[in-house]
Order: sequence, then C-alpha cells, then structure tokens
Amino acid sequence: MQATRDFSHYVRDAGAGLQHIDLAVEGVSCAGCMSKIERGLSAIPDVTLARVNLTDRRVALEWKEGALDPGRFIDRLAELGYKAYPFETESAEAAEADQSRFLLRCLGVAAFATMNVMMLSIPVWSGNAGDMIPVQRDFFHWLSALIALPAAAYAGQPFFRSALQVLRTRNVNMDVPISIGVMLALGMSVVETVNHAEHTYFDAAIMLLTFLLVGRYLDQSMRRRTRAVAGNLAALKAETVTKFVGADEIAQVPVAAINPGDIVLLRPGERCAIDGTVIEGRSEIDQSLITGETLYATAEHGTAVYAGSLNISGTLRVRVSAASEGTLLAEITRLLDNALQARSRYVRLADRASRLYAPVVHATALLTMLGWVLMGASWHDAIVTAVAVLIITCPCALGLAIPTVQTVASGAMFRAGVLLNSGDSIERLADVDHVIFDKTGTLTLPDLEVMNASEIPEDVLGLAGQLALASHHPVAASVARAANAKSPLAGAVEEPGQGVRGHVGGAEVRLGRPSFCGAEQLANDSLRLDPEASIVAFSFGDAKYVFSVRQGLRPDAKTMISALLKRRIAVEILSGDREPAVRAAARELGISEWRAGVTPADKIARIEDLKSQGFRVMMVGDGLNDAPSLAAAYVSMSPISAAHLSQATADLVFLGKPLAPVIAAIDFSRKALHLMRQNLWLAVGYNLLAVPIAISGVVTPLIAAAAMSGSSLLVMLNALRARRVAHGDA
Amino acid sequence: MEVLVILVPLALGLGLVGLLGFLWSLKSGQYDDLEGAAWRAIQDDEPARETPSE
Repeated sequence: MQATRDFSHYVRDAGAGLQHIDLAVEGVSCAGCMSKIERGLSAIPDVTLARVNLTDRRVALEWKEGALDPGRFIDRLAELGYKAYPFETESAEAAEADQSRFLLRCLGVAAFATMNVMMLSIPVWSGNAGDMIPVQRDFFHWLSALIALPAAAYAGQPFFRSALQVLRTRNVNMDVPISIGVMLALGMSVVETVNHAEHTYFDAAIMLLTFLLVGRYLDQSMRRRTRAVAGNLAALKAETVTKFVGADEIAQVPVAAINPGDIVLLRPGERCAIDGTVIEGRSEIDQSLITGETLYATAEHGTAVYAGSLNISGTLRVRVSAASEGTLLAEITRLLDNALQARSRYVRLADRASRLYAPVVHATALLTMLGWVLMGASWHDAIVTAVAVLIITCPCALGLAIPTVQTVASGAMFRAGVLLNSGDSIERLADVDHVIFDKTGTLTLPDLEVMNASEIPEDVLGLAGQLALASHHPVAASVARAANAKSPLAGAVEEPGQGVRGHVGGAEVRLGRPSFCGAEQLANDSLRLDPEASIVAFSFGDAKYVFSVRQGLRPDAKTMISALLKRRIAVEILSGDREPAVRAAARELGISEWRAGVTPADKIARIEDLKSQGFRVMMVGDGLNDAPSLAAAYVSMSPISAAHLSQATADLVFLGKPLAPVIAAIDFSRKALHLMRQNLWLAVGYNLLAVPIAISGVVTPLIAAAAMSGSSLLVMLNALRARRVAHGDA
Repeated sequence: MEVLVILVPLALGLGLVGLLGFLWSLKSGQYDDLEGAAWRAIQDDEPARETPSE
C-alpha cells in the first residue's frame, strides 16, 4: 500500500566505497539513548559507522555502498522508539559551524598567549618593586612582545574585520574602540620596550582579546544550537510527496528532491507539501493555513494550491510550480519585499552604546594628552598617559555586557520552547506594548478537534473512532484522534462523499454526513449552538449522535491573553477568516479589538497605523498571508507549524501546542534588557572610577589588568541572573 | 640567573605544545559534540562482537 521511499537525495558518497547519511533524531536526550541507538544501528551488517551527536541530536551513518537501503535505518530507529528523518545541512548552518570553529581557534590562541605573557608579566610586576635588573626586565618585555604580537594579529581578526567593515559604512560599533585600544596598547608597548621603559601593556591587550572572545564564542554557539534544533524540526516534519515517476507509477519522495514541473498525487486527507497547479481531479481543500479562511475552497483544473493546504475529499494531480508563480504567492512576495525594505533599521543597544562611548573615550584620551603637555610634561609622557586612558577604558566589560546576557537569556528561552531567528530580537521583544494575533493556526491549533467529545458516551466515541479509521477524510481523522482509536473496524466500507459504514454485532454503524446517518435534526440543533463547526454524525442501530468538529483554541490561549493584558500589553486579532468565526474566538478569549476578512495588505496597513501612533507592535502569525505583516511589525513570532516563508520571516519561533512560550519570551526578554542596561551601567561605573586614575598618570599595568578582569567578571556574573524570571501569573 | 635561558624557552615550548594540542583536537572534531563526549566517558564498554571481524 505504501509507495517506495526514496532517500537517495540525502545520501552522500563518503569515499572508499562507503555511503554517508545524516539523520535528525527526535527524543535523544541522554547517554542511554546514545548507546542504545549506536548499538542498535551497528548491529545491522555492513554498517561501518553509527555515531550519535548528542548536542545536535543527530546520527551520522556510513555503510558499504549498495549494501543497504537508508529507509532501513529509519525503520530500525522506529523499532528502538525514535522518530528519525534524513537531514540535509543548510548552507547557513554550515557557515555558522565554521564561524564557531574559527572563534574557538582564536580563543585558544589568545588564551595561550595570555597565560604565557602573564607568566612573564608577574615577575616584572613583583621585580619592579624589588631587585629585578633592567636587562632582565627588557628581556621579559621582548619575550612578551614575541608572544603577544602574532597572537593578537591572529586572535584579533574577528574584531578588526568587523571594525573595518563598519568603518567603511561610516559607522561605529563596539569593535572600533576595541581594535583601536588593542593596537595602540601593543604599539606603545613596543615603543616602550625599545626605550627600556618600566611599563608595557602586552598582557592587558591580549587579556582583553581573550575575555571578548569568550563572549563572542558563547554568543555564537548559542545561535548555532538554535539553528541546529530548527533544522532538526524541519527535517522531522518528514515532508514527502507522492510523485509520478512513470505514467502510472508513483514513489514517495522527500520534498527536497522535487523540481518544478514534476507531477504529484494529492490524496484525500493529505496535506500538500508543495506549491503547484491542479491539472486533474476535483476536490475541496482547506486553505486555512495559508489564508486564514476556514471555509473549504473548491479545487479543480487550473486552481493554484499552496504548501500547507489540506485536501479534503477527492484525489488531485498537481504540477509543481517554481517559487512564487501563483497569483497569491506573487502578491505576498511583493508585499513581503516592500515590508522587508521598509523594515526600520533597528539600532542594537550595543551599537547605540558604542556610538556614545567611542567619541567620549577618544576625546578624553586626546584631552589627557594635551592637558599633560600644557602642564609641561614631555610629549612622550603625555602620549603614554593618553594611551593608558584608552587601555583602561577599552570596553572589555562593555563588549561582554550584552552578549553574555543574550546568551544566557536565549538559553533560558530555548528551554521554554522559543527559538531566536535574529540576535537583536530579545531587545525588541522587551519593548513590545501591543500584540496582534492571527487567529487560524496561531490562537487556534491547525488540526481539527472534536469539541463535544466529553458529551458523548465513551463506548460510543470509541466505536466511532474505530469506524473513522477506515476513512481518509480529515474530519473523520479528528474523530479517530479524539477517541484515541488504534485498530480500525473490520469490514468497514467508505462511501465517497457520504461516510463510512460497518457492522457491529448485527447492528449497522454509520459515520458521515448527517443525511447519511439520518441525524439531520440533531445536526441542525448542534449547528445552532456552534455555527462554525463541521458536523459529523454517527448512528449505531437506532441511536444517533453528532460530533461538532472545528479547529480548537490552543489549550492555554485564554489564560495567556489575560496574562498579556495584565502586563499592560494590548491584544488584537487580525484574521483573514470570516467575521462570525473571528467574533466567536474573540468573545471566548475576551479580546475586544478584532478585525475579520483582512487581506495581507490590510494587515500591514493596520500595523503601520499602530506604529505611527507610537506602539511597538508584535505580530504573532503563521499563515502565508501573515508573512508580510510579520516583516512589517516591530518584532514577530511564529508557531513551528507555520508556513515556511512565515517561519523564516519571523524573529522568533515557538514550539508546541500551548501559547505559554509567547509570554515566557516576553518575560525573559524584559528581564534580559533590564540586565543589559544594568551591565552597561556597571561598565560605565567602572570607567568613572578608573579613568581619573588613568588621567592622573599613575596607572601601572598591574592596575590595568586587575581592573579589566574584575569588571569583566562582574558583568558575566550579573548576566547569569537572566536565567530566571519572577514567576508571577504566566 | 642563567637558568632563565633554559626555563623560559622550556615554559614557552610547553605552552606551545598545549596550544598545538588544542588546535589538533579542534580540527579532529572533538568539540563538535561536547554533551555526548561528557557521557561517553562514563559509558560501559561495548560488548565484544559475536562474529569476529575478518
């Protein structure tokens, strides 16, 4: 019954007659899982490598070429109790991995240099007070230079590059004062060494780089981890399509292997995984994930269908189209492009701080030099003092103040089920005071749900569920889910367009349209109560029941809305669905602001309107029609079930059924922003204490080193507080 | 103080060995799965294969 699975798209040639595949695995969380999987897979003959990566939750497999079918590994993992699917490394993720390895290499070099320069500096510091002779001191200074200069040239690359880049655009970021400080400190130290002077700052410069690289690396590895998890989730959706490989021959292939022009088969109850045009067949399709409209649309020859549409009744043949070919998609792409261009250039807190900081520091250094010259000091002494000011103020703590908080906060958000797409989203999320929700798929769940399951006797529900398993219809599937049915009823027959029927102990059972079961009266009563629901009827002999089926609200939607309101955040619904459906949802959730039948362009207009009133708007949406407004909003969020385009556009993605991650994300980011500001003030406060000492010219390298590590440790420890938020009424 | 001529290069040499070791471990992928590595250390040995490898 199942078409052949074709995973050849994911298989790589590993050389030496071996083939390689990477699988994303769900639920690997402990050492036990790791050895269970590795042993289970190694036991298959001809497997030469099976290695679990517990950080990325993946398995790398290699086997002798042609000996095995990759599908077998997935089956074996399923037997072991793990869901797995082939995984293809995206170029973005590969780039992140390279970058993180480069940073680690820089960190290694900088840490090595710091330790060795310190080994040479400490004798100088203690010797200066005691009995070290100048020749020995010079010798140690030269050795320090020998270590520090090449190490700084290598390990400083991330900062120098970023500083150059930003200077070319005539801007400043934190890397500019860092680069200037490091280069001046090293340059002056070389000059001082040549002149047999007492103080050099090789240790301070290289230690600064080490501390900053720690911050950079933490930041990077958090981002990489998020990306890996997002990649796994995408892979585990295991989106496959049924493709025609011959006139009447079909194969189950992964979506990644589909090209424009391919013909695919879309059966009832299947969710479409591609964009395309119907070339044969007739059916009803549910496009609620794309347009928000919960009423079914008719699909026939020439109708455009989009990834995420659910096929309800008939079988369709669809020709895959190239991206953005369809009219709806083209319109959305156009709006999205406009919105992305207009996306206000948000200036990160760190960059705002450095725009203020860099000129002040450099001006202070200049004034210090001029001041000393005016007071009669030699140019040499004046310059040395000025450079000492720059070294003392070199923004070690400032450079760490924000990345450390971001790392800790994004780790906490990750545990709460929120993934960050963009680094500055924490800062923006913290300012939000108006949240716009899309209804379909965001406030509600994408799957249909039986709303009155608790009113139906349990044995009846169980029987209906067994019968429902015989049908592909999505509404029937929701009944089967509600009943938690496992085995289908033997001998059940599906009557297309009507329902399914079977026999239990001599009595006939039917599930389907109310007319098919003779339950029109009951159905009408039920529809009067809930006009938005689809009704599926069930008859068992003479007893008749109706199930009222529709997309249910997320389980905690109501408490989450009131939690938002309690935080003085205004809430609003903008939906593409019809008015009665939106009104019902708004009333149930206690939201007074709502608009129905809204087009993507209208959504953007509403967001712009709110923006001009000074609101910081967060858009939470999932449909393809939400993508432009996600880009237009100040900050945006999508559930993991959202359309690809929307997920890629949103700043944050949340996992799972509950809406709680939305509140958690707001709470964590508010706390994080508070800590970032606090850290910046700590760093500034340190400077206020240290700078007068530097200006007065009494700073020694020992004081510089102690002050720098002290302030860095202080902001790092403060950042750890971002792990927890006060659990009020979330 | 002539002892410095031996001790200082020795100390630097040892540091350099450490650095090279770190770079090697990085290159051979030992930092790719820090979480898994922590657990592997305390894992039981794999039971000997029933079929001896050829």
